[in-house]
Amino acid sequence: MFSYCSDPSTLEGLTWLSCYLTTGKHMGLYISVVTVLVLLAITAPVALLFGFAGATAARSRIAPLRWLGKGYTAIVRGVPDIAFFLFFVIALDQAFEWLRHQVKCPDWDAPVRQGNDFVVCDIAKLPLSSSPQWVHETYGFFLAVLTFSIVFGAFASNVLFGAMRAVPQAQLETAEAYGMTRRQTFWRILVPQMWVYALPGLSNLWMVLIKATPLLFLLGIEDIVYWARELGGTKNPKFTDYPHGDWRMWYFLALLVFYLTFTKVSEVVLDRLMKKLTHGQATSGGEAQRKAAA
Amino acid sequence: MSCWITIQDYAFRSIGFGERLLPREDFTLCQQFTLIGSGMIWNIYFGVLALLAGFFLAVALAVGKNAKSPLVRKPAEWFIFVFRGSPLFIQFFFAYFLFLSLKQAVPIFAPFTAAWLGALVVLFFNTAAYSGEIFYGALLSIPKGDTEAADAYGMSGWSRFRRIVFPTMMRLAWPAYTNEAIFLFHATTLVYFSGFPTLKQKGDALYYASYFADKTFNPFIPYPILAGYFIILTLIIVGLMGLINKRLNRHLPQERRGKMKFRLNLIR
Repeated sequence: MFSYCSDPSTLEGLTWLSCYLTTGKHMGLYISVVTVLVLLAITAPVALLFGFAGATAARSRIAPLRWLGKGYTAIVRGVPDIAFFLFFVIALDQAFEWLRHQVKCPDWDAPVRQGNDFVVCDIAKLPLSSSPQWVHETYGFFLAVLTFSIVFGAFASNVLFGAMRAVPQAQLETAEAYGMTRRQTFWRILVPQMWVYALPGLSNLWMVLIKATPLLFLLGIEDIVYWARELGGTKNPKFTDYPHGDWRMWYFLALLVFYLTFTKVSEVVLDRLMKKLTHGQATSGGEAQRKAAA
Repeated sequence: MSCWITIQDYAFRSIGFGERLLPREDFTLCQQFTLIGSGMIWNIYFGVLALLAGFFLAVALAVGKNAKSPLVRKPAEWFIFVFRGSPLFIQFFFAYFLFLSLKQAVPIFAPFTAAWLGALVVLFFNTAAYSGEIFYGALLSIPKGDTEAADAYGMSGWSRFRRIVFPTMMRLAWPAYTNEAIFLFHATTLVYFSGFPTLKQKGDALYYASYFADKTFNPFIPYPILAGYFIILTLIIVGLMGLINKRLNRHLPQERRGKMKFRLNLIR
């Protein structure tokens, strides 16, 4: 990385550390931090979308749709989330391969589940066994994002459903009195007003989402947990590849500090956003702001 | 092989009794039910002990966070922030490697590198921090009249806390605390996926469930079984905590009694 790193014999102390922390493998660690941030950036809006769809379905007048929406939110509660993460990654992967199998090899007659094996025809494999490494990695990441979105979509749907019910009934009745249809009332009255009620729940969810990112490791992504374990030490300390002892503790300490800082920053930002949103609202928060100003 | 023999072989497999080898092929439903159920022993062990021990530390933390002196308040605030602000998963990893390093220096720490003690300590601190925040919130919302009445009766210090503040705090915090308890049991599934080694394949319910899923490539049987067990466990916790809630609220008129509302927090 730095020019003085080219001659290892001159290095000592902090200079050595500065070179060591910028080796190719450490770059892998820093890139994985970016991976986590990308995951957050994609998952948050997609989960919100899923949640919105779930909450809308749960309010629907058509019974099967309502059951679907309610079932979606209900199932994720009561069961450890990590079980969902482990379940969805395999289940989604097999579902995709099975669908492609049905489309691409219609005249395949052997059963897909043969004892302990899951067998689909070669051209239905995802990703194709001939595709390069990065395709496999991207597909894994895509599955992870989808899993996170499904699980967090259910949580978000729960929050949004509550927020939709918190919008004062009088508002909706007024809309009806003005002759708006159900659809118009929903889009013009309910949706714009629900956000202030949803924000506390959603910001809580954001914190939870941040804290769920290390679970990426369990989904087989080379994320920060993976790198921290890799770089800290080896399984067999006698033939260590690393010029230091067991440093995993320090790497995880760094991760701990990273997450604490991230949480603190989010807390501050979300607090500001909440202050903005409550401004002038007929809620107790808005009332408190009005009193403080007066 | 009948199901009864399987139960005899594997019902206590997770704590080291019974058949040494896990089933390797021709997995039956009975084997999956028995082994995953056997793993639940660990989930219950971690959950119950951490909850019981965490309760006392949580009360101390809540009172500490409410204290006037910054010498007491700051440590309590920081403790709660650190354990609530970072992922439990990372806490497990960090604690495991911390104990590993400490073991080299001080041999007393050797048992802490095993899950039964090391993970228990992390869960204990973690649940203490989360429940401490819940109790602190309840402490702030104790009706002013209650403490004023206590003052009027000439109560102060310990007797005021024990007779007035503590019971009301418990009553107000109990519904939220129930959620925390449920959630703690869910969090116990993380233990064997986060550094702590599984000696001789003695793991918890999720460990066995993922074992079956890995061997059979079929997630649609073991994970629903696991989910079923956890739903039963959740219902039991809700029932038990509901009984305590009833007792805490027994002096109140019917309509003012605290209703149990279940709003689970999700991941820690």
